[in-house]
Amino acid sequence: MALKDKLAPLGADDVAANLIALADHFVRRSVWLVGGDGWAYDIGYGGLDHVLASGRNVNVLVLDTEMYSNTGGQASKATPIGASAKFAAAGKRTPRKDLALMAIAYGNVYVAQISMGANSEQALIAMREAEAYPGPSLILCYSQCISHGIDMRFGMKQAARATASGYWPLFRFDPTMRQRDMNPFRLDSTRPRIPLEEYRYNEVRFKSLTQTRPDDARRMLAQAQLELEEKYRIYEDMAARDGSRFHPHWEDA
Amino acid sequence: MNALASRYLGLDLAHPIIASASPMTATFDGMRRLEDANAAVVVMASLFEEQVRAEDTRYAMFTEYTAHSSAEAASYFPQLPDYRYGVSGHLETLRRAAEALNIPVIASLNGVTDDGWLDYAVQLEQAGAAALELNLFLLPTDPAVSGSDVEHRYLDIVGHVKRKVGIPVSVKLPPYFSAVANVVARLESIGTDGVVLFNRFYRPDFDVKTLSVQRRPVLSSPADIHLPLTWTALLSRRLKVSLAAGTGVDSHVEVVKFLLAGANVVATASALVRHGPEHMAVLVDGLERWMSESGFTSIEEIRGRLDASHLDHADAFLRAQYVRTLSAAPHAS
Repeated sequence: MALKDKLAPLGADDVAANLIALADHFVRRSVWLVGGDGWAYDIGYGGLDHVLASGRNVNVLVLDTEMYSNTGGQASKATPIGASAKFAAAGKRTPRKDLALMAIAYGNVYVAQISMGANSEQALIAMREAEAYPGPSLILCYSQCISHGIDMRFGMKQAARATASGYWPLFRFDPTMRQRDMNPFRLDSTRPRIPLEEYRYNEVRFKSLTQTRPDDARRMLAQAQLELEEKYRIYEDMAARDGSRFHPHWEDA
Repeated sequence: MNALASRYLGLDLAHPIIASASPMTATFDGMRRLEDANAAVVVMASLFEEQVRAEDTRYAMFTEYTAHSSAEAASYFPQLPDYRYGVSGHLETLRRAAEALNIPVIASLNGVTDDGWLDYAVQLEQAGAAALELNLFLLPTDPAVSGSDVEHRYLDIVGHVKRKVGIPVSVKLPPYFSAVANVVARLESIGTDGVVLFNRFYRPDFDVKTLSVQRRPVLSSPADIHLPLTWTALLSRRLKVSLAAGTGVDSHVEVVKFLLAGANVVATASALVRHGPEHMAVLVDGLERWMSESGFTSIEEIRGRLDASHLDHADAFLRAQYVRTLSAAPHAS
C-alpha cells in the first residue's frame, strides 16, 4: 500500500506504471495447502512429495481422518491396522504409512503432528512455527470423522484418547533448531497412558470387527498395540538424541 | 461304571456339577479352561436383551443417520453382511465352543420382552447350543403390575420359546414368588424341561461418602445356600423335569447338600470365579471322595435322601421349624 501510494503521483512514468502493476507481487504471501489423507498419502502423494522436495516456502495441512471421508469412508494408506473401512471391510491388514517420518527424513521440511482435541496450544504453536519456517512445512492433524463411528459431539475427547494411548503422539520437527546445534525433534505428548483398546473400541470402525471377526480383531489389536509401542520408542529415541544426529541445517552446507 | 454319571435336560453328563453362566463362560478360552478342569457342561454367559438392543440402536444410528447426506457418499461405512449387530460376537463364540468342546454348551438368555426372547432363542439354537436356559429376572416397580401379571408374563415367554425351538429349555427362576411351587408346576405343565433354583439379586448398595448407588458384583458363599436348598428339598420329589440347584457352592460339601435335597445337578459360578476354573476339578474330586468314603456307588443313591417327600404335612413342619429356629436364637427370652 505504501509503495502504491508513493507511485500513484508518478502515474505517467512508464517505469512507475510497470511497478504499480507488479506491486502486489512483492507482498509476502502465506501459502497453505489443505487436504485430506486420501490425497496426501495416496492419490496426491506424488505431487505432495514434489512440493516437499521443492524447498519452497509452502505449508501443507493434512486433515487426517485415516480414510477417504468425503467419498464415504474408503481405506487409504493412512488407515491403521484393524480398522474397518470400504475396501477393507474385514479390517485393514497392513499398518498405516508414517508420512511424518518420511517427511522428517528430508531434513529440511518442518513437520508436526497435532491434535486439537489433545493439545490445542501445541497445535497453534506448530502452525505458527510452520508459517514462520522459510521452507516446506507439513502438519498432520488428527481429524474425527463420521466414518469412525463415534458420537461426533465428543470427537475432541476421542482425539485426546488417541494421543493418550500413544497412537497419535504430538511432535514437532523444526530444522532451524539445527542452526543452534539443538535437536530439531521435540516430542510434545506423554508416554502411552491408556491401552489402545480404550481409544479404539469407542469407534464403530474398530468395534464392529469384534462382532464379525472376533479372532481377527483380537489379533490385529495386539499387533497394533505392539506397533504403537515400538513407534513411540522410535520417536522417544529421536527426541533424546543430541542435535548432531540430524542433518546439518541445509543452508549451512 | 462312572459313579458320578448324571442326567440333566436329557443330556448325559460325567458328573452332576455344572459351570453356570458367568464372565468366565463368556469367552471361548474360559469355556475351554473349564472343560480342561473336568466340567461336565457349561452354561455360556447370558445374552442380555437390553445390551443387544442398545448395540443395534447405536449401530443403526451411526450407519443410517448419516446415509445419503452427500452426493459423493451414499454411506460412510462398509457393508458388513455378517454383522448382526450386538449378537454376532456372542453367536460366533457359541458356535466355536459348540464345535470345539467335547462337553455340551448350554446357552443362556436374559430378557424381558417377547420379541427379544424368540428371535435370539432361535439364533442360539442354530449356533449349536445343546439346551437353552431362560434367565427370568424382572423387578416390577409399577404398583399396578400384580404378582400374577408377572407370572403370566414369564409363562408366556417360556411357552413361546418352547414352541419355537427344538432343544431342551430350562428356566432359571427368582425366589420372589408368593408360591414357588405353583409357578414351577405351571412351568412344568407348559413343557419346560427343567428349572434352575435360583438366580440371585445383584444387590445395589449406597455409598454414603459419594452419595451414589454402587453396583458391586457379590459372589455367593455357603451362607446363601439355605433358600435354594429348602426349595430343592420341597420340590424335587414332585418334579418330573430336571432340577438344577445352586448358589453358595464353594466346596463339595454344598454339592452334596444339594444332591441330598434332590437336585439332578448342582450349578456354581461364584466358586469358579473366586477360585479359578481349576476349582471345578477340586469340586468333582471332593464329591468322588465323599461318595467313596460314605459308601455310595452312584448319584441316584444319594439324590433326594434328605428331601421333603417323607414329610406328610410339609407346611406345618416348616412353620414349626421357623418358630423353633427363631426361639433358639441367642438373646431370645
